[in-house]
Amino acid sequence: MEIILAGIKQALSLLISFDPEVLAITWLSLKVSGTATLISLFIGIGIGTAVALSSFPGRQIVVSVINTGMALPPVVVGLFVTIFLWRNGPFGYLEILYTPAAIIIAQAIIATPIVMGITLAAMQQLPRKLRLQILALGATRFQMVWLLIKEARLSLMAAVMAGFGGVISEVGASIMVGGNIKGYTRVLTTATVMETSRGNFDLAIALGVILLLFAFVINLVLTRIQQRERPQ
Amino acid sequence: MNGGSILEGRDIQVRRGGRLILDVASLNIAAGEVLSVIGPNGAGKTTLLQALSVLLRLNRGEIRFRGARIGVDITPLDYRRQLAMVFQEALLFDATVTANVAAGLRLRGTDAGEAKRIVAAKLEQFGISSLHDRSAKTLSGGEAQRTSLARAFAIGPQILFLDEPFAALDPPTRESLIEDLSRILRESGATAIMATHDQGEALRLSDRIAVMHEGRIAQIGPPVEVMNHPVDESVAAFVGVEMILAGRVVQYERGTATVAITNDVGPPKLSYPRGNPGEILSGTGRERTAGEAPGERSSASLSSDGMEMPPEATGGRIDGEGSCVWEDAAVMGGRRRPATVFLEAAGEAKAGEEVFCCIRPEHVTLARELPPGRTSARNSFPAIINRIIPAGPFYKLYLDGSLPLSAYITAQSLEELDLRIGMTVTASFKATSVHLIRRG
Repeated sequence: MEIILAGIKQALSLLISFDPEVLAITWLSLKVSGTATLISLFIGIGIGTAVALSSFPGRQIVVSVINTGMALPPVVVGLFVTIFLWRNGPFGYLEILYTPAAIIIAQAIIATPIVMGITLAAMQQLPRKLRLQILALGATRFQMVWLLIKEARLSLMAAVMAGFGGVISEVGASIMVGGNIKGYTRVLTTATVMETSRGNFDLAIALGVILLLFAFVINLVLTRIQQRERPQ
Repeated sequence: MNGGSILEGRDIQVRRGGRLILDVASLNIAAGEVLSVIGPNGAGKTTLLQALSVLLRLNRGEIRFRGARIGVDITPLDYRRQLAMVFQEALLFDATVTANVAAGLRLRGTDAGEAKRIVAAKLEQFGISSLHDRSAKTLSGGEAQRTSLARAFAIGPQILFLDEPFAALDPPTRESLIEDLSRILRESGATAIMATHDQGEALRLSDRIAVMHEGRIAQIGPPVEVMNHPVDESVAAFVGVEMILAGRVVQYERGTATVAITNDVGPPKLSYPRGNPGEILSGTGRERTAGEAPGERSSASLSSDGMEMPPEATGGRIDGEGSCVWEDAAVMGGRRRPATVFLEAAGEAKAGEEVFCCIRPEHVTLARELPPGRTSARNSFPAIINRIIPAGPFYKLYLDGSLPLSAYITAQSLEELDLRIGMTVTASFKATSVHLIRRG
């Protein structure tokens, strides 16, 4: 119990004093996970919308694959990204293993199916006739898709939340493809794992609190947007 | 209706899962026309509307807009930008009422100032100006559908497609919306094609009615013709319940309208038996002309203007309610119907209004006496039994004479009254049995 109390005290002082190491780790986490989420939004919303609006043979299988992808274990992603980026691997020539770019790739792979699955569900929830209504209003195909995405924006906000929340708290893939290199690829989760194993509970708790704060603030903002737009 | 065809469909076929769900050999829509497409669920009404608005792919056929072949002379997008569609659900965007009404204009890149002016005018026209900054999600069903209609009209459509636009509304809301739409349709002169399963709506708004059955247009024509002369059993099964008579309210007093029904003057369409009903009919009527207000006692009268009357048919009068001029011996003689017939209908109306009078066959009673004895029925007319068709537990009798009517009669009544084809009887119905539908 004392360890925890001392840890919390120490954590608070680290936070209040804007410890440079803590700040650097936090900033990197935000950058990496933010970029990964952004990439996953483009791919996830794009493909999710396309699958939702089209019908083709084998569509059921594609939908099942996407839904399975939503529960992709990060360590499995880490494993395959490592293999692909390994010096002798197919993308070894890129030489990005153990760089922030590798973490971004792994996190984007984790977040994309989440965004895709939620987008798919959101678009399918829109009334089918809305598409016809939009076309009948004189929309081009592109305008129609854009209006549908706008119409599903609240659900897509949930996709952003779920995607970002998923990757910022993910540790397995980040440690495997990033390597937890101090000042380079050390992010909040990997640092927390390491400090905990070293017995530096104060630093670990500080990082953990930041992680929690992140999750809380981001969700608060998004929830506020959602609540404001909700019909009275 | 004015001008030529605005929309033509030729040999249109739509298949779904190998099944032919729409098969229309030919359909012409005149500019300014309001066409109602009626029929039971699954008859292909929605498919027809979506095919004509190129919202679904045709398996065969061609559609022409003002003579231009869609997909050849004019792109589907350019064509769609000439039309608007309103569905049963309002299908509004998650935005304000104003933004919704402006949606079609924005898609066309209309100048912002111009769009603002148009939107304000449409909000006003549909009586929703006060809702302009409300979120569409907070609107009631009626308000939402008004917004949807305003959005459709905002783009100034050449053709308006309405797919059961009132079906989801409660009766009072529906009533006020139909009234407004009817007015706005007439004012704008827009061509409209409306799918509905409500015959009342179809009668009120349309110049023509198309009845669909199993993907085909079973019959198309003016409302009275379609309602009263169904071409086959499928149409009859859907529309044949009520006899529809087009007329004009000549007087309205104490909740009762006197309606002048103008018949097609000319030989009746159905064949008449050449009986000799003269002796029964002569000397029991009272003549009246079309312009004259009906007298107190003769509540339902036949006029004989434009008709040569045999002298014996224009003499006497009868007492009591339900009286009628029995001068239509000429009709009974098989020559022609009187030009104008008056009947009484309970309901709301104003003098001078164009109306449809709908009479259900179960409300028509038949009597052998000519004229009938005292009855509370305000309308009594002589009629000839034209056809007798078994209809389940009873018989449906088609009557002709001063008015085309039909009546349901039990087997017992048929036997007791000894009713036979060619026989002249008195057909009576109460003013309260006449369902008045105001046109336009």
